[in-house]
Amino acid sequence: MTVLAFICGILALVPLLAVLYYVIIRGFSSLNLNVFTELPPTPFAKNGGFGNAVLGTLLMVSIGAIISIPFGVLAAIYLTEFSSQKVARWIRFATNVLSGVPSIIAGVFAYGIVVLSLVKLNLGSYSALGGGFALAILMLPIIVRTTDEALQLVPQDLRQASVGLGATNFQTVTQVVLPAALPAIVTGSTLAIARAAGETAPLIFTALFSSFWPDSILKPTASLAVLVYNFATSPYQSWQSLAWAASLILLLMVLTTSIIARWVTRKKI
Amino acid sequence: MVTQISTMNGTKSVLSTENLNIYYGNFLAVQNVWLDIPKNQVTAFIGPSGCGKSTLLRCYNRLNDLIESFRAEGKVYFYDQNLYAPNIDPVEVRRRIGMVFQRPNPFPKSIYENIAFGARINGYRGDMNELVERSLRQAALWDEVKDKLRQSGLSLSGGQQQRLCIARAIAVQPEVILMDEPCSALDPISTARVEELIHELKEQYTIVIVTHNMQQAARVSDQTAFFNVKTSEKGGRTGYLVEYEATELIFNHPQQEDTKAYISGRFG
Repeated sequence: MTVLAFICGILALVPLLAVLYYVIIRGFSSLNLNVFTELPPTPFAKNGGFGNAVLGTLLMVSIGAIISIPFGVLAAIYLTEFSSQKVARWIRFATNVLSGVPSIIAGVFAYGIVVLSLVKLNLGSYSALGGGFALAILMLPIIVRTTDEALQLVPQDLRQASVGLGATNFQTVTQVVLPAALPAIVTGSTLAIARAAGETAPLIFTALFSSFWPDSILKPTASLAVLVYNFATSPYQSWQSLAWAASLILLLMVLTTSIIARWVTRKKI
Repeated sequence: MVTQISTMNGTKSVLSTENLNIYYGNFLAVQNVWLDIPKNQVTAFIGPSGCGKSTLLRCYNRLNDLIESFRAEGKVYFYDQNLYAPNIDPVEVRRRIGMVFQRPNPFPKSIYENIAFGARINGYRGDMNELVERSLRQAALWDEVKDKLRQSGLSLSGGQQQRLCIARAIAVQPEVILMDEPCSALDPISTARVEELIHELKEQYTIVIVTHNMQQAARVSDQTAFFNVKTSEKGGRTGYLVEYEATELIFNHPQQEDTKAYISGRFG
């Protein structure tokens, strides 16, 4: 029995190790510094890079973070500090449902809300704004939940101490509770960012793709994930090797943010 | 059930309750308390667990307001103001009636900021360095921490943390300090220091202390109120005031049988 469980445990590790191994071997050989500074080449040209996709991913994740972090943190503060138990239970439930929504649905929603509105307003169509909005929807429940948990972990004693000194609820939250929970909130936000950076489905039909440097958040924008999707399935050798390099970069970005995020909380406990 | 009503002659009462009933939802937690707390003296609340002494203590600074199902009937007077009157701002009440908790709970900030926090939110305009030093001196902590004011309050020992919490309460310059079993998490030496401190503080403040430790009540207090708990047919446990007298009388000549039994250690 123990042996069987051990074997299953090892088997569970195999996919992670295999993916890491494959991506590192294939990606590393196509990697050089030019990939960060150059644009994607035409199919038969040599060299080239995906600097625009790195920038595009950073841009859209930033847009997502700017939308979702303030909303998510404020929502969590409302849940733990101000709402009644009944209301909080329903909002928590709704947040959990939202975190279970498939990312493609978030993409469709962003397409309907942002992309089609931009078309109607004659401002553009597929855009970094749409992509960022879709990512924000995916980040929001993660941020609400981690912040909610972080705030609940702040001892009740501290709130009472603050209120007992004549602090208002607002002063207690901003000056005592939030600073105490800040490291965990930062970690949660970082994890949400790491998750959003790797999303492909919602970006395909909100941000689309572009072979040029991003110069406006209202124009189609490249991202690493979509670049991998486009180039890996192309028949051209140079594009395929770029896709491997992009996979490696994306993987490293996601892994390092996750590891940093977990390491920061670990140190706190 | 006749509740002992005690009137301390010759001293002005700072806090007094009139026919106070405390409910959590429909559950009656503390019943029918009449109690006057005199100025610049130490009043101790003793009694078995669940008798509502901490609950009553938290009525004096409206800290029970934080509990959703809490409800108070009757009156709690601070001088001649009913604290539960609709026009009273609980935040204002807590500025004038400070509190020290069971477990030391300094903020995860520097020692200096722990003291300055209360003063700052109360709009203190004077010299903050001076206020911090004065508060720490009053709490008999200054000599131990004067060289490390920038260190975290959590780096101190348990006893020091509790004195930091007392200094923090003093810094707001309240008139009354409520203490909810302030020594129950401390070792005997730290306990002795805090008790000494309570003696010094009563010159300037009115102190109400809840304690499980009868020797402590005997050592530090001028008045002692003994609470007991009774179980109703439905199983709800309701606390009530049994006897309230000068500490000497309570411990040497208790009037009620229950008090006598509790003091001599037969239950509780």
